[in-house]
Amino acid sequence: MGAEVVVEGLTKSFGKQTIWRDVTMTLPAGEVSALLGPSGTGKSVFLKSMIGLLKPERGRCLINGVDIVTCSERQLYETRKLFGVLFQDGALFGSMNLFDNVAFPLREHTRKSESEIKRIVLEKLDITGLAGAEKKLPGEISGGMRKRAGLARALVLDPEIILVDEPDSGLDPVRTTYISQVFLDVNAQIDATFLIVTHNINLARTVPDNIGMLYRKELVMFGPREVLLTSEEPAVKQFLRGSMDGPIGMSEEKDSATAAAEQALFEAGHHAGGVEDISGVPEQMQATPGMPERQGVRRRKDRVMSILHTLPPAAQRHIIDSLSPAEQHHYNVRQVWR
Amino acid sequence: MTAQQQREHYRKPSPPVAALSQAGRLFSLAWEVLRTLVTRRLQFREFVEQFWFIASVSILPSALVAIPFGAVIALQLGSLTVQIGAQSFTGAASVLALIQQASPIVTALVIAGAGGSAICADLGARTIREEIDAMEVLGVSPVHRLVAPRVLAAMLVAILLNGVVSVVGVMGGYFFNVVMQGGTPGAYLASFSALAQLPDLWISEIKALIFGFIAGVVAAYRGLNPGKGPKGVGDAVNQSVVITFLLLFFVNFLLTALYLQLVPAKGT
Ligand SMILES: Nc1ncnc2c1ncn2[C@@H]1O[C@H](COP(=O)(O)OP(=O)(O)O)[C@@H](O)[C@H]1O
Ligand SMILES: [Mg+2]
Repeated sequence: MGAEVVVEGLTKSFGKQTIWRDVTMTLPAGEVSALLGPSGTGKSVFLKSMIGLLKPERGRCLINGVDIVTCSERQLYETRKLFGVLFQDGALFGSMNLFDNVAFPLREHTRKSESEIKRIVLEKLDITGLAGAEKKLPGEISGGMRKRAGLARALVLDPEIILVDEPDSGLDPVRTTYISQVFLDVNAQIDATFLIVTHNINLARTVPDNIGMLYRKELVMFGPREVLLTSEEPAVKQFLRGSMDGPIGMSEEKDSATAAAEQALFEAGHHAGGVEDISGVPEQMQATPGMPERQGVRRRKDRVMSILHTLPPAAQRHIIDSLSPAEQHHYNVRQVWR
Repeated sequence: MTAQQQREHYRKPSPPVAALSQAGRLFSLAWEVLRTLVTRRLQFREFVEQFWFIASVSILPSALVAIPFGAVIALQLGSLTVQIGAQSFTGAASVLALIQQASPIVTALVIAGAGGSAICADLGARTIREEIDAMEVLGVSPVHRLVAPRVLAAMLVAILLNGVVSVVGVMGGYFFNVVMQGGTPGAYLASFSALAQLPDLWISEIKALIFGFIAGVVAAYRGLNPGKGPKGVGDAVNQSVVITFLLLFFVNFLLTALYLQLVPAKGT
């Protein structure tokens, strides 16, 4: 099973510029979580803080009892072995072909024989749909392939936690869905904890088990997917719709004058962009048939039901609706709101 | 400190503080490179590749610069020594000037300009592609893997080139003094042993070694800390060459002063 990640009161600034403050959340073991947020809100900085590439000023980030923020170099080095990270553009080593890129962590950290390395590498390239491309150099392949190769490299050491930075950037919607499917399949196979940073609405609505959103230098919410997808919070709703109508502006948040001026335009009939109907909780994508059952889904059901009473009514309603009659009986809940 | 933590540039506090913190992080990288070179096994293949690369881009330019440089020094000193009636020392004086000052500086300038800029651009591109981050997350030190071999390569190429530049420069000087200004070959050569001594050669090579180190470390430092995007890398390359030049002349001054204090000139 993947490791749980507990983030408590994390605050990061560069000089006087605070990126985000007091971020508290728990990535449940083996579940797929997503972190949304407008560009420049520090999502990448957050990922880098989780693996100790950046040092937050305050707070803790606990993995198996080790605090990444304050631990020694030695512990950091050991704990990082639990992570697989997929950087935005794959971050492949430009001078090595795909095979050597994926073999790199094995050659560095294990004493496996070359034939065993070959077996593992080809297996991971196969999982990510890159069979036959092992001789290619990163410069010769498309962005989508680079991402998948980066994922293959992140997978070779059997990570317990997989961090993904904007899997959709530079990919078309179809390819984005394909790579999301790969994430879910990998999650089903190795039960690793996932954190996917993205601003892709489709992915956010259909892939993760849990969703959080960074906005105005804070984590505005984090919880089961139903919570954010049914939220009435203006920034969240605007973000999900992708509309100009709402508190999020072009660069920072809007000042009241801009907001009022825009509001007048929209009322006069100017299209605010985005899609009107994004309400509701769409069905979640699942692992490809034939894959093992996702253990995270089962554990999540227990977990969510145990905190059900703390969730907003709309989210509760959706969660209960999604249960089968047998499950409703098991958890002793009924569809009372209908 | 990891490379990324080093890379966090703070929003300019005040110019002196910012400069100091840059200098501090440059030194800390230099220290880490030294420590890595001493305590960890060299990445031999990377080293050989880099050595070959830096040598191949800098040999021709330094040889081409060396000939006119040797000539200029020989011509200048040739007429000067005639004015003060010390023609017989022309050879020794120009050779000393060349070996101790001109040659290490020429070498280092060429290495910084040709090799250092390439190192900086290469590391800068890797940094913005997040290759360096990826390497660190995979538990591999970029300083060990990439920086140390490059710095060592720059140092060794500097020593080698310094020898080449000295020889070419001396030959150029000899040619101009003897052939163009009508100096006597015998006097030119004989004066060597009158004024020059073995430590002069040593200081020349030591200077080259240190200058090579500086060129390598500065290039790596700027490469690992580029500004945003491709333009940031371009600016970093530019600055790395300028910073190296400034540092070189300053360090050269220190080393020269130190040498003149510590090693008594011949015949005194
Ligand atoms: N190393 C750094 N030094 C200074 N500022 C940084 C650094 N890295 C990121 N930032 C700043 O932090 C903010 C958030 O960046 P980022 O995490 O890349 O946003 P995003 O949510 O789009 O991934 C940006 O304003 C960026 O300029
Ligand atoms: Mg980002």
